[in-house]
Amino acid sequence: MEMLIPIIVTLVGAATPILIAALGELVAEKSGVLNLGVEGMMLVGAIAGFVAQFYTGNPYLALLCGAFAGAAVSLIFAFLTLSLSANQTATGLALTIFGTGLSALAGAPYSAKPIALMAPLFPDMLARDPFWRVLFGYSFPVYFSFIMVAAIWWFLKRTRTGLILRAVGENDHSAHSIGYSVVGVRYAAVVFGGAMAGIAGACFPLLLTPQWAESMTAGRGWIAVALVVFASWRPLRLLAGAYLFGLVMTMELYAKAGGGVLAIIPSELWAALPYLATIVVLVLISLRRDASTNAPACLGKPFMPAN
Amino acid sequence: MTLSRRDILKIGGAAAALPLLGGTAFAQEKLKVGFIYVGTINDNGYNYGHNQGRIFLQDALGDAVETTYVENVPEGPDCERVLRELAQQGNKLIFATSFGFGDAVIKVAAEFPDVKFEHATGYMKADNVGLYNARFYEGRAVCGTIAGHLSKTGKAAYIGSFPIPEVVMGINALALSGRRINPAFTVKPVYISTWNDPAKEGDAARALIDQGVDIIAQHTDGPAALQVAQERGIVGGFGQGADMSAFAPEAQLTAIIDHWGPHYVNSAKAVIAGTWTAGDTWEGLKEEVVQMGAYNKKIPADVVADAEKIRTGQIDGSFKIFTGPIKDNTGTERVAAGVAMTDAELLSMDWYVEGVEQPV
Amino acid sequence: MQFRLEKRAEPSRFMLYATPVGAVILTMIVGAIIFSLIGYDGIGAVREVFLTPLTNAYKWQDLGIKAAPLIIIGTGLSIAYRANVWNIGAEGQFVVGALAGTWVALATYTMSGPWILPLMILAGVVGGALYAAIPALLKTRLNVNEILTSLMLTYASIQLIYYLIRTVWKDPMGIGFPQTRRFAASAQLPTVIPHTIVHLGVPIAIVVALVAWFIMSRSVFGYRMRVVGAAPHAARYGGFSENKTIWLAMLVSGGLAGLAGVLEVAGPFQRMVPGFATGYGFTAIIVAFLGRLNPLGVIFAGIVLAITFVGGEVAQTTIKLPDAATGIFQAMVLFFLLAGDILVRYRIRRVVTTQAGAI
Repeated sequence: MEMLIPIIVTLVGAATPILIAALGELVAEKSGVLNLGVEGMMLVGAIAGFVAQFYTGNPYLALLCGAFAGAAVSLIFAFLTLSLSANQTATGLALTIFGTGLSALAGAPYSAKPIALMAPLFPDMLARDPFWRVLFGYSFPVYFSFIMVAAIWWFLKRTRTGLILRAVGENDHSAHSIGYSVVGVRYAAVVFGGAMAGIAGACFPLLLTPQWAESMTAGRGWIAVALVVFASWRPLRLLAGAYLFGLVMTMELYAKAGGGVLAIIPSELWAALPYLATIVVLVLISLRRDASTNAPACLGKPFMPAN
Repeated sequence: MTLSRRDILKIGGAAAALPLLGGTAFAQEKLKVGFIYVGTINDNGYNYGHNQGRIFLQDALGDAVETTYVENVPEGPDCERVLRELAQQGNKLIFATSFGFGDAVIKVAAEFPDVKFEHATGYMKADNVGLYNARFYEGRAVCGTIAGHLSKTGKAAYIGSFPIPEVVMGINALALSGRRINPAFTVKPVYISTWNDPAKEGDAARALIDQGVDIIAQHTDGPAALQVAQERGIVGGFGQGADMSAFAPEAQLTAIIDHWGPHYVNSAKAVIAGTWTAGDTWEGLKEEVVQMGAYNKKIPADVVADAEKIRTGQIDGSFKIFTGPIKDNTGTERVAAGVAMTDAELLSMDWYVEGVEQPV
Repeated sequence: MQFRLEKRAEPSRFMLYATPVGAVILTMIVGAIIFSLIGYDGIGAVREVFLTPLTNAYKWQDLGIKAAPLIIIGTGLSIAYRANVWNIGAEGQFVVGALAGTWVALATYTMSGPWILPLMILAGVVGGALYAAIPALLKTRLNVNEILTSLMLTYASIQLIYYLIRTVWKDPMGIGFPQTRRFAASAQLPTVIPHTIVHLGVPIAIVVALVAWFIMSRSVFGYRMRVVGAAPHAARYGGFSENKTIWLAMLVSGGLAGLAGVLEVAGPFQRMVPGFATGYGFTAIIVAFLGRLNPLGVIFAGIVLAITFVGGEVAQTTIKLPDAATGIFQAMVLFFLLAGDILVRYRIRRVVTTQAGAI
């Protein structure tokens, strides 16, 4: 039990950014938009968050700046794919290339500069006991990610707006003919996804390693994309999946550090596991009878009302 | 007059030769020196160190040299193209600073016999390809001495990228010197298969600290592991490649600083003087290519004195860390008592000394 | 006064070919402005990135070998995308093709003969096609989205490189570094123009694109791919099986990516190294789109992208433009191209309306 607590704490750190990014991508995909630019948006959010923290020392402002930066670059994607109905796959890839380059350019002057980590949300006395530390030892983004899981679940399931968003993702032409603005809903969903990716990116310098390094998200944006599919577009499963992926990512290191049976698994297999697991889950989903109801039917398809 | 294809080729050849003539005619002209880096100059580690060396060279020789660099050069054909580009732009001395550039250096060097190349950490030489490397392990021996004294749990960890000889040497030097102080001192290597993934380095450090490790050495291109050491408040760790005390003022006990500048100055001077030959240098603390950062204030004076003894001993040659008897981690004696390992043996080291847990 | 989009009855052929050129020109103009505004030599940046590689004859060989894999993969992808099959895992198929070729090269290390290289190339094509067969199988049998599976397999393939060169294929003479031994002479791709680095892969790339263009525009196979892509329902009535088309599209694009992989490892690399996957498979997606999913256009697009890579390095050495700028230029080309796509299918009309809110 004592050994478990630090593992959980590390695991939470690894899972939180991919969970936040994946939640944003889930909302975008539910509206029918596949944005493969998550990695790029995360990097832009990471540098924006770093710079804000560097100058102001206010981590909440830093998260907000990350969100704004992520949302801003997602607007490029939204404009191209929604207003001009460009191909989503290609635009998303371009966004990742763009975000990687932009963040490297903007971050160059900040490389040798440390910042302060974001402090835990709750007072120290609550987290002193190891057991309570598991509950109260984290900073704001961790709790934010949990709240957002519940909020997005509730939004998609229980609200009228959520229903409209799903309708737009399932059948854009019907939604349009009823009078909903397909493009407007999708704009909102994409920008929300961008803001969440930006927050997720800002978590890297604020929560994990208080520095700026080029490409510091190191492919976790793609894991977030995989995670959405892995979770078959369900927020609660996303939560479980993020912690499962986080576990795979940290268990490798704990296995190597601690030895034991798991240590014999080559590190390359550990690294490939989240991706292979996602394929397996895709297959399992498709074997079920209600397979077609999982993926939003309009995912990745451009919408242009006939006029 | 009709021009045949042959004539055009000839004219083209003459035009291509012109810059070369110019180079010999005006020997007093600036020496152009090119550098290629495998990563970004902003990594706060290995590539940053080489770029600092370039700046040192530029400052030291001023108007006599003009330096250029290309960063983020992938190993393989891309690097071949960049080397050719630098050679064609008139760089007469080119430093290729990563092991994986080796094949390309040999290939391009054959095409430009009048350009001098120097390849860091490699093993393939040619008439105009020299090799240079730094004895980082000497710094590790100083670190190990401090670790042996300060570690309360007697357990240190070493986060590396890949098990290449340079990393293996560093692990072994850390273990050997630590065990001179504390015979129960152990080192646990963890390889993370990447040079630059700060979050993964950080998580590896967290996992190791959770296993009772209180000294962390890392051999990757950034300060992430040290920052975790700082955050967790363990005894500490060591900067690698550059002084990282800004990132971890409490945790950085000292740092191994790559100081390539003097080597770059010597090579550039030799090219200007026309005395450059393809060398094979492996310099360390003595030549100041490897330097130690300031000792952390929290280290007791007697420990600092002991560390200094190891440092100065390696400078005057009285102390060599890889001197027998050395057993490997299966208990077999690899080096007999009193025998010092040769450079060739060190450069191909693929076994761990006693006290190092066998990594998987 | 308002503008509105009006659907064209027929896609504009003029716009189809004008927009890629326009995207490149617009990138040069906007790039120059942006980089000037943030304190770099913007005009110089554009000159060095886009023009120097063309005006300096020394650079042509570099353009050739950089463009070759992009053209080969881009050709395969353009065929698949025409059929509405979204293989975005070409990088993985490129890697597995190269690994298959490496396997042959290492297994025949002590042998020599003119049969080794063709055998390697065959292995590369088969390897790439087999890796693409996984998403094809999942798509046709279980209706699993091929975008996601092919992407996931790419990441797994890169780990496969690391594993193989660290363990079974490690160079015994390489002082412990994770890479294979250098291929024997019979397993190395020859150069075709003496005194240059232009290897056999360059003419192969041109031939592949030309053959693909001919097949796509003149054969039943090409017709079928285009019909299935453009109008899947009509295709079904026409007797074309959708599944068969998916299989063909995946195997062709995967096989060509594998071909590019084996040519790359046998040509410029001559051994397998950890940094082998440098993103050709992803860049080729840009190439396919910039080339308008037309093999002839892919040749043009492959060269344009090669120019930005080569020019980006020139700009680093001559005007100290950071490496990151290359990515920004590439992304801008694609952004402008994708934005321009709308002009192919729609025309912009100026309309005068008195009522707000008219759609």
